[in-house]
Amino acid sequence: MDLKDKLLSSFLAFEDKVNVNDPVHEIRSEAIKNFESKGFPTKKEEAWKYTSLNGLQKVDFSVFPKESGALEYKDIKKYFLHEIDTYKIVFIDGVYSSYLSETTHDGVDVCLMSSALNKPEYKQIIELYFNKVASKDESLTTLNTAFSKEGAYVYIPKSKAPRKPIQILHLATGNEASLMLQPRNLIIAEQNAEVQIIERHQSLTENEVFTNSVTEIFAGKDAHVDYYKIQNDNAEASLIDNTYISQKDNSIVRVHTFSFGGKLIRNNLNYYQNGEHIDSTLKGVTILGEKQHVDHYTLVHHAQPNCESHQDYKGIFGGRSTGVFNGKIIVDKIAQKTNAFQQNNNILISDKAEVNTKPQLEIFADDVRCSHGCTIGQLDEEALFYLQSRGIPKKEASGLLMYAFANNVLESVRIPELKTRINKIIANKLGVRIGFDL
Amino acid sequence: MAYTEEELKKELETKEYEYGFYTDIESDTLPKGLNEDIVIAISKKKGEPQWMTDWRLDAFRIWKDMEEPEWPNVTYEKPDFQNISYYSAPNKKPKYNSLDEVDPELLETFKKLGISIDEQKKLAGVAVDIVMDSVSVATTFKKTLAEKGIIFCSISEAIQEHPELVKKYLGTVVPKKDNFYAALNSAVFSDGSFCYIPKGVRCPMELSTYFRINEAGTGQFERTLVIADEESYVSYLEGCTAPMRDENQLHAAVVELIAMDDAEIKYSTVQNWFPGDKNGKGGVFNFVTKRGLCEKNAKISWTQVETGSAVTWKYPSCVLKGNNSIGEFYSIAVTNNFQQADTGTKMIHLGKNTKSTIISKGISAGKSQNSYRGLVKVNSRAENARNFSQCDSLLMGNECGAHTFPYIEASNKSAQIEHEATTSKIGEDQIFYCNQRGIDTEKAIALIVNGFSKEVLNKLPMEFAVEAQKLLEISLEGSVG
Repeated sequence: MDLKDKLLSSFLAFEDKVNVNDPVHEIRSEAIKNFESKGFPTKKEEAWKYTSLNGLQKVDFSVFPKESGALEYKDIKKYFLHEIDTYKIVFIDGVYSSYLSETTHDGVDVCLMSSALNKPEYKQIIELYFNKVASKDESLTTLNTAFSKEGAYVYIPKSKAPRKPIQILHLATGNEASLMLQPRNLIIAEQNAEVQIIERHQSLTENEVFTNSVTEIFAGKDAHVDYYKIQNDNAEASLIDNTYISQKDNSIVRVHTFSFGGKLIRNNLNYYQNGEHIDSTLKGVTILGEKQHVDHYTLVHHAQPNCESHQDYKGIFGGRSTGVFNGKIIVDKIAQKTNAFQQNNNILISDKAEVNTKPQLEIFADDVRCSHGCTIGQLDEEALFYLQSRGIPKKEASGLLMYAFANNVLESVRIPELKTRINKIIANKLGVRIGFDL
Repeated sequence: MAYTEEELKKELETKEYEYGFYTDIESDTLPKGLNEDIVIAISKKKGEPQWMTDWRLDAFRIWKDMEEPEWPNVTYEKPDFQNISYYSAPNKKPKYNSLDEVDPELLETFKKLGISIDEQKKLAGVAVDIVMDSVSVATTFKKTLAEKGIIFCSISEAIQEHPELVKKYLGTVVPKKDNFYAALNSAVFSDGSFCYIPKGVRCPMELSTYFRINEAGTGQFERTLVIADEESYVSYLEGCTAPMRDENQLHAAVVELIAMDDAEIKYSTVQNWFPGDKNGKGGVFNFVTKRGLCEKNAKISWTQVETGSAVTWKYPSCVLKGNNSIGEFYSIAVTNNFQQADTGTKMIHLGKNTKSTIISKGISAGKSQNSYRGLVKVNSRAENARNFSQCDSLLMGNECGAHTFPYIEASNKSAQIEHEATTSKIGEDQIFYCNQRGIDTEKAIALIVNGFSKEVLNKLPMEFAVEAQKLLEISLEGSVG
């Protein structure tokens, strides 16, 4: 039985566990129908030209994990950004772990999707936002929607901001030989609200994990959302991250994606601008080796005038890794005075590594400034020589140059401890010891 | 009095196709439809040898099983392939020795087009192989070329007289099964040009062919094969205008270029097929496959100015097979009214130290859609490959669209690839600056567009550059940014 059939039959079992009379379940049923007709995307589809899911479909994933064993905080501490105090929403094999988490209802809601879906006091918000920006026909998104039950729920009311950043951590224990997870997150920042979120997926063993995650983010007028994705998983973990963002006037949403590890990562990042003077920022650093594969698929839809978008993705590819960047900017006819920038720079450091990039512009308005730049190249020989001539060994010198190449993406990271952490991971990845802190 | 935007728009809209006229020459036309019998009939009519007939039939069988591609960013009513006549030739086809023998009506046509043959013969120094309705009717300067050992003739003639060359190279760069329209062309191509430059010869003149579609309901399937032997050089020009027609006409040409070691081919196109009227009615469908193969140290340079056709779908490409080979692509694509263009290039780097340059300028006005689609592929063995791409789009008016779809695939670490794209409109301050200095708005736009396209216009041979500038003016004057 292939994965699609398995998922379809699991849906019947899934229905036993949820309230089928809930309006949300109608959305689920609709979604599974769509998935049934579409199936998993193939390389024949333009959007999946460079990423194949064939390998994943052959694995016999367990869809409903068994009750997992408890984890000690000290064993997993390193996966948290533990230097600072944060709210934490932790899932172990897809199941919420209350003793590792720290949630709140103090002025803001930082809690679980399952309680938001089930408790009557959230009904109105769920009706207003749930599955409202997520695609209703993209097959992996609809697959997630069909099984949507658990994940993080963050609601920041008007002019509020949580006291500290929020961490969302998904841990896979490896109790199952192969596990499929489908977390569903909903982040709402009402007018003038502000929130910072760090998300991480981590597999604790070499057992295979396949995560198909969907996150919906709503930013109200003047709201400010910072979302950091840390993807530094082990070689048997695959992640498909579907993020949908809806922005209103004057809002700022910044998503930083740090992809350093994992077997197959696909980031579908979609921005929809529904207001004026919006700022959308998408940044990413990708450093890969071995046989890793990362595919960044971004969309920024400028639907209103006077908005901006900034994209900057940097990639360093070694080993037999493959990197894909597919950035699409659509500017509607009425979206005059749009400023859209897109930049994608790549360095290949191995003969077996591969980069495929496709920065697209689709522009229907005339009074716009849109540009994209894309490069694939190597380290500057002269810069290398300069460093070497000053007594820095070649390996360190090239590490230093790559570090500098990737580093400027970090400028817009607003949590200093996170910046330091990412810096360390980058330095570690590149095998350089930086004798200074940034 | 100031020239208002409205007036400009109006003038642009009412600017009818200047070269729209129809020459009444009796044609020898096959019945509509396509099947094996028609393919055999075409081959027979042209008196082709058996191997050619078999080649066509093979292509037809491949085509039958193919589907029309859907991926281009264009929408159009698909042609009904059974409602097209696949062969039409002017019925008198003697070989002319002098202009006096040429059908006077045909001469009149050329006069209207401004390409007086005798004038060109004397002044321009251009050998013109005029293709009128698919069959070559006049070849000039053949003698001069023959002295150098250059073969420049229609492809039908080449099949008869140089079968060894045609057999060896036809379909090697664009295989029969390459794509839907290439397969169709391989099965039914009516005529085209053939050019062979021998070893070490520098072709003393620009070779040029004028294409015209001239028979209602006739698809034009041209086949061009240019072979530049080692250390040779040739500059080839191709230009076309077509008469006004209500019905959509299909043009599916195939151009194959082969540049052997150290050879250089420069291929320039000015395309001005009938673009349809201002309501988007009629116009030519231009679905062309153009590809060149570069051997060691060879260079192929494509330059194109695309102003016509209702729907354009073409990607002149370079396969950089040999080490140190160079591919270039310079393009200006102008769309107006309801025109749609999906054009660009493919640079396939296979050899070491290969270089490619892509400069693409898209100008969209009216309700047109203009897309750049390009591929830069660096193979894992292509050490030190270098590419630079730049595609700029200029939008005029708020009802048109400009799109960019660049594909960049690198699997060699020594590859160095740069891609830049910008989209903008003509700045009000730029126009204001010109106005202030006494240049009216229309002239200012022409000036700015000319500057915008200059990098490409500069690459055109003299004869073409003038024509191309005229075309840009016709296509765009009056469009206000």
